[in-house]
Amino acid sequence: MNDIRHAMTSRSFVSRPAVHAWLMLLPALVLLAAFTYWPIAGSVWESLHTQAPGVDPMFSGADQFAALLDDPVFLQALRNNFWYALVTVPVSVMLALAMALWVNERFAGRGLLRLAFFTPTILPMVAAANVWLFFYAPDIGLFNQLLGAAGIAGRNWLGDVETVLPALMVITIWKEAGFFMIFYLAALQSISPEQRDAARIEAPSAWYRLRRVTLPLLAPTTLFVVVNALINAFKLVDHLFVLTRGGPNNASTLLLYYLYEVAFKFQDISYASALTLVLLALLALCSALQFWFSRKRVHYR
Amino acid sequence: MTIAPPRLLLPVAGWLAGLLWIAPLLLMFWAAFHPDGDALRLSFDTRWGFGNFPAAWRVAPFARYLVNTFCIVTLLLVLQLLVCTLAGYALARLRFPGRGLVFAIVMLQLMVMPEVLITENYVSVARLGQVDHYLGVALPYIGSAFGIFLLRQTFMMVPQELEDAARIEGLGRLAILLKVYVPLARPVYTAFALVSVSYHWNNFLWPLIVTNSVNARPLTVGLQVFSSVDQGVDWSIITAATLMTSAPLLIAFLLFQRQFVQSFMRAGIK
Repeated sequence: MNDIRHAMTSRSFVSRPAVHAWLMLLPALVLLAAFTYWPIAGSVWESLHTQAPGVDPMFSGADQFAALLDDPVFLQALRNNFWYALVTVPVSVMLALAMALWVNERFAGRGLLRLAFFTPTILPMVAAANVWLFFYAPDIGLFNQLLGAAGIAGRNWLGDVETVLPALMVITIWKEAGFFMIFYLAALQSISPEQRDAARIEAPSAWYRLRRVTLPLLAPTTLFVVVNALINAFKLVDHLFVLTRGGPNNASTLLLYYLYEVAFKFQDISYASALTLVLLALLALCSALQFWFSRKRVHYR
Repeated sequence: MTIAPPRLLLPVAGWLAGLLWIAPLLLMFWAAFHPDGDALRLSFDTRWGFGNFPAAWRVAPFARYLVNTFCIVTLLLVLQLLVCTLAGYALARLRFPGRGLVFAIVMLQLMVMPEVLITENYVSVARLGQVDHYLGVALPYIGSAFGIFLLRQTFMMVPQELEDAARIEGLGRLAILLKVYVPLARPVYTAFALVSVSYHWNNFLWPLIVTNSVNARPLTVGLQVFSSVDQGVDWSIITAATLMTSAPLLIAFLLFQRQFVQSFMRAGIK
């Protein structure tokens, strides 16, 4: 009896913080549930059903996913996104590293150079797209003016199936390289002078030092930056709205843009939900990669 | 060093690279201050002028868009800080059954971007009657897992003795949070605020979906509506509008460069 009493008093003693905790967590949990977990569950349910006007939703199993595999636009978007990631991730990460190594040296005007590299990051993607129209516009665009001055016939960069995707990749790289630069810069500055001196004595070649000393020390940063670049490759589609709308002939459609079209132009909720799940799966894969690599290869501190 | 580069090579190459990198922006300035015929003619005899700005201002309600963006960003930030502070404190300092599970639920959201869930979130926001309202634009982002995590980490580093001392003084839990924890976390709040503001100032896809009139449409969406090719608006006017859209954040960034860069780093490196 005494024991129970004791347990009860000590229980009520701990339960006050518990009540406080749940009250304090309530708004966050409600919002997380309503705008993250509920929509995920909703997408799963919707993707397994077929909607038609005036009829109750019908269970349709994996039909939506089977339809995805037969949908040439989806396959094209998947392929485009694959190439988009494959090019923009390594290029922007390597550029970011090069920029960081560069502005980490001492020379006059390096503050301004840092600023120049970082500033595109601050622009809205829609604005960046408008700016790049200057370069890509067929008749008056700067690229064609330059080519014309050299006597080469210009081309319609955004209207050509061959060039549209690379043209969009350039914008993404331009916009994000400077952002990743600051993470490399911070990591470079956290390398201790002792480590640097030791490396300088051991290995006289700058290239060798970079490869064998600096890069391994930067590995956690590289992982962080690569995962973010990868996520951006799936997330950044704002410029498509301004420049191409996925065209010509779907040559520049990316998954998230296609999801937008299916959901809000064609208003096919079930199909859009199946697409949502594909994107979620890809994101989960990115996170899994990050987790796996941070366990296996990269050691934080 | 195998070959020492000439002393001037690094700075000169640097200046050139920097110039090349921001050339698109310099071009935007050039075009925004030139009448349409001269917008893309790079030469010394072009006419400069401010005419494009009033022209853009006449064609689209940019003042209203600016107010909308400002209100959305502010409303969202205030709600985020409130929600994340409470949750971050609970996760950092209160012991209760299920804490690990709650933390896992929060962390799992870090890898799901709200951008992917636009379809279902639109349905929910429509059901709440918040389409084309500031709150509707803000809703999916208020419960920021990132903010909760950031504040939790910060609160955990506050010495327990400070809280105990405040308790002896007779302060309640919320008072302790407000008077002890929040002031100590000020740099983290600044960092989070700058990251949130710059993210949502530039956000596009969700606001595009969830607004449908001048009432709540932010600058980015306004710019896109206005500069769509089929609108037939002059180039130089579009550029002026683009510059107006980016300018507030750009100026803030130029003024508070160091804070911005440090905030992004603080937010990124966990």
